[in-house]
Amino acid sequence: MNRNLIRQVIIKTIPVMTGYVVLGFGFGILSENAGYGVGWALAMSVFIYAGSMQYLMVSLLTSGASVISTALATLMVNARHLFYGVSMIDRYKGAGARKPYLIFALTDETYSLVCHGDTPDGVDPHLFYFLVSFFNQIYWIVGSVLGAVVGSAVTFNSAGIDFAMTALFVTVFVEQWLTTKNHIPAVAGVCITVVCLVIFGGDLFLIPSMILILAGLSLGRPVLDREEKTEAGEPPAGGAGELPDRGEKASAGELPNPARRSMDSAPQAPEAVPVARKGGDRHD
Amino acid sequence: MTDTRAVALIAVSAAVTALLRFLPFLLLGGKRKTPAYITYLGKVLPYAIMGMLVVYCLRGVEPLVWPHGLPELLAVAAVAGLHLWRRNTLLSIAGGTVCYMVLIQFIFK
Repeated sequence: MNRNLIRQVIIKTIPVMTGYVVLGFGFGILSENAGYGVGWALAMSVFIYAGSMQYLMVSLLTSGASVISTALATLMVNARHLFYGVSMIDRYKGAGARKPYLIFALTDETYSLVCHGDTPDGVDPHLFYFLVSFFNQIYWIVGSVLGAVVGSAVTFNSAGIDFAMTALFVTVFVEQWLTTKNHIPAVAGVCITVVCLVIFGGDLFLIPSMILILAGLSLGRPVLDREEKTEAGEPPAGGAGELPDRGEKASAGELPNPARRSMDSAPQAPEAVPVARKGGDRHD
Repeated sequence: MTDTRAVALIAVSAAVTALLRFLPFLLLGGKRKTPAYITYLGKVLPYAIMGMLVVYCLRGVEPLVWPHGLPELLAVAAVAGLHLWRRNTLLSIAGGTVCYMVLIQFIFK
C-alpha cells in the first residue's frame, strides 16, 4: 500500500469527503442536542453507518420508540441497500477477507463511487474498493464526532450545504448518462420514482419505487440485455456469466408499463405532496 | 430513555441495516457462477438506482408552494450543466452546492 495509492483514493473520495463531513457534522449536532453526546454519535456512525437512518435514529431515541418500530423504520428507510448488493455481487466476488467490510460499508455514496468500477491501473480492485469504503466511513465518523464536539459553537450560515450529496448523485447520474447509449434504465429509474413519490408521498415511496424498477427492468430484459451487449465501449464487466439471449420479441415500449399501470389504477394518496422538508435534506 | 434501551435500539438498527446489506450476497453470492439474470441486473440497476437516488434527495421539494422547487431545479441544472461542460466531478459538486446555498440564503429567502 503506497503513498500514490492513498493519494488516488483520496482524490476519488473527495466528493464524498465534502458531503460526509458536512452531513456527519449535522448528525453530530442533532445527536448532541438530543442528549446523545459524542460517544453515542460515534457508536452510531461506527455500527449503523447509514446517514438518513442515523438522523431518524435520533428522533427514535428521543421519542422512546420500541425495538420493533425501530427495526421496521430501519427496514423501510434502508431497504434500498438490497439493490446495491444485487448489483455488486459480481464485482465483490473474490474479495476474500475484505469482503465483509466492503458489504457492511456499502452506503449510497460508496456505492456511487464503486459501481463504475474504474480502478487505477495495476491496483487490486478489491483493495481499491476497500480503501474507498474505509476512507468514506472515516470521513463520516470524523464529521459526526466534530459535530457532537464543536457543533454548537458554529456561527457560519451553512444552510443548504447538504445539497452536496444531491449534487454528487446528479454528477454520477450525468457521468453514467455520458458513458452509455442505453438511457432506458436511467430514465425508468427517475420516472418510476417520481410517479411513486407523487402517489405514495415522501415517507413511503422508496419501496414501491424499488419494486417497480425491478419489475420494469426484468420485463424489459429481452430488449435491454441486447442493447447492453451491442453497446460499444462498455467493458465486458460480467461477461463470463452471460448466457445467450432468449427471445428478443418484446418491444422497447414495454418497460415503463408497470409504472403507467400503477398510475392509472392506484388510488390517489390523500397527500400527494410530500411533507415539508427542505430539498436535499439528508441522505446516507 | 435509559442507556440500556438506547443501546438496544442502536443495536437493532445496526443489525437490520447490516442484514439488508448482506442479504443479497448471502442469497445470491454463494454460487460459483452468478446467474445471468443477476449479471444483467448488475449492469442496468446502477443507472436506474442513481436516478432513484436523485429523486430521493429531492423528495422534500414542494412544487405547489413557493418557491416551487426553483432553487433545487436551478441548482440541479447548474450541476448537470457544469458537468456536461467540464466533466470535472469536484467542480460540478462544489459549483452546484454554492449555487444552491446562494439561492436559498439570499434569493429565495
